[in-house]
Amino acid sequence: MSGPSFQYIGATRLDDALAQGARHGATYVAGGTDFMQLWKTGLAAPKTVIDICRLPLAEISYAGNMLSLGALSRLSDVAAHPDVKIHHPLIADAILASASGQLRNMATLGGNLLQRTRCPYFRSAGLACNKRAPGSGCGARDGENRHAALFGTSSGCVATHASDLAVALAALDAEIVVASAAGERRLRLPDLYLLPAPTTAPDSSLADGDVITAISIHDACRFAPRSTYLKIRDRASFEFAVVSVAAALQIEDGVITAARLAAGGVAPLPWRLHGSEAALVGRAPGKAAFAAAGDLAIEGATPLAKNAFKIPLLRSAVIRALQTIGGVS
Amino acid sequence: MTVTQPPSHDARERTPPRIALSLTINAMRYEIEISPSATLLDVIRDQLGLTGTKKGCDMGGCGACTVLVAGRRVVSCLALAASFDDAVVTTIEGVGTADHLHPLQAAFIRHDALQCGYCTSGQILSGIALLSENPGSIAEIREGMSGNLCRCGAHPNIVAAIAEVAGL
Repeated sequence: MSGPSFQYIGATRLDDALAQGARHGATYVAGGTDFMQLWKTGLAAPKTVIDICRLPLAEISYAGNMLSLGALSRLSDVAAHPDVKIHHPLIADAILASASGQLRNMATLGGNLLQRTRCPYFRSAGLACNKRAPGSGCGARDGENRHAALFGTSSGCVATHASDLAVALAALDAEIVVASAAGERRLRLPDLYLLPAPTTAPDSSLADGDVITAISIHDACRFAPRSTYLKIRDRASFEFAVVSVAAALQIEDGVITAARLAAGGVAPLPWRLHGSEAALVGRAPGKAAFAAAGDLAIEGATPLAKNAFKIPLLRSAVIRALQTIGGVS
Repeated sequence: MTVTQPPSHDARERTPPRIALSLTINAMRYEIEISPSATLLDVIRDQLGLTGTKKGCDMGGCGACTVLVAGRRVVSCLALAASFDDAVVTTIEGVGTADHLHPLQAAFIRHDALQCGYCTSGQILSGIALLSENPGSIAEIREGMSGNLCRCGAHPNIVAAIAEVAGL
C-alpha cells in the first residue's frame, strides 16, 4: 500500500522550511503518523515533502505562570514532562488517552492539532466528501453518521475533529504560535479551526506554508488540583473518542470560582461549553450545579439519524467529569 | 492472462531520485540508498532482509512492525525512513540469541504468550520498551500494550509475561 513517491527535503532551519513550504504541491511532515496514512490511501499526494521534525522547536518550558510547548515536541515527551504533569495534568491526561505508546513516541503536538478527521467518508476515497473533494457532497449526513458531530455542522459536512489534546488545550485557553514567511502571529486555539461551509470544509485557518511553532498556556496552573479528561470510546484503549470532556474547576471556600469545560467528538473543532461554565461559577459544587452544567452542554445539539445517543452521553460525561473533580458525588 | 504495462510517462517523470540514508540496526551500520517515500518497515524488511519485523495492517493499528529507535518504540510502517537518518534501531534480530534469550522472550515461552507468532516480534519490542517505562500495575501493562494486537488472543498471557519480568 503506497501512493506516488515524492521529493524529500529535510529542513534544518525554520526560514528554509517556510520558504519551501509555500510552494505548490509541498506539504510539511513532522511525526508522519497521520500523513503516512493519508498518503498510503491516496488522500495526500504531495510532490514535495518538507520534513520539519529536526527543526529546533521541541523545547518545553515553564516560567512566570506560562507553559510553552514547542510544536515539534513528541506527545510522549510532553505527557512525561514534570512541568506538564505538575502544572497542567489535564494536558498529560488527554495525551495519555490518545493513540498508543508507539504513536505517542512519534506524533508531534503540531501534527496532532492538524490531524485530519476520522470520518469514514473522508477517509475512503470515492465516497462523497466535501472536505476531501469540495462540491462532492456529504455522504455521512444521510449515511453512516453514528460518529458525526452534534454542533457546528453545515449541510455539507458533519465531521468531528479527533484530537484529544485540542480539547484539553481549548479548555485551558491555549494560544497557538504560527510562523509564516511574513512573520509570526498568535491565535486562540479554536481559531485554528474553521466551521464547514455548505460545499467546502477546510480544516484549518492556516495558509499554505504556515508552521505551528509553539503552544502557550497562560495563567491556568490554578486548575491543576481539579482537572480531568474523560474520554468515552468504543473500546477501553487506542480508540478515538465517541464523546470526551475536558473539565477544570477552581473551588474556594465551598464555591466554584472558575470553571472550564470543552467537549470532543461532538463538533468540527474542540467545543467550548461556555454556557455550562457560566452556570457553575458562583455556585456550590454539587448535584444541582453539575446537572445544570450538563443540561446546558447539550443545548443546541442537532442530531442526525444515528448519533442522537451522543446527546445524553455528553450530558452524562459533563456531569461525571465534574463529579470526579468537584469533591462531591 | 496478465498484461504488464510499462509505467506511464507521468509515473516515470514523478519518480524522484533515491536518497542516502545511514542507519545503525542492532549495532550494525548500514549506508544505503532509499526511495524518499519508503517506510522504515519496508527498508528494514525488503532492502536489508531483516524480516523478523512483521507487516500487519501497515496503517499503525496493529503494532506488528514495532521496532525501537533510540530505545523508544515506534510503528515502523508509519515511519518515513528518510526522517530516520542516523537513527539507532533495534529489531527483534537484535534481541537475545537462541542460547541466551532476553528475559522477556523466556517469559513469553513460559507463559505461552503466543500462538501463530506473527505479532510476537512486535509484542516483544513493545514490551521491552514498556518495561523501561516502569509500569506500576497490571492495568498499566494492559494499557501500555494496547498498541499491539494479537489475533490469536494471547493478550492475557502476554500481560502475564511482561508482569513477571516487571516483578509485578
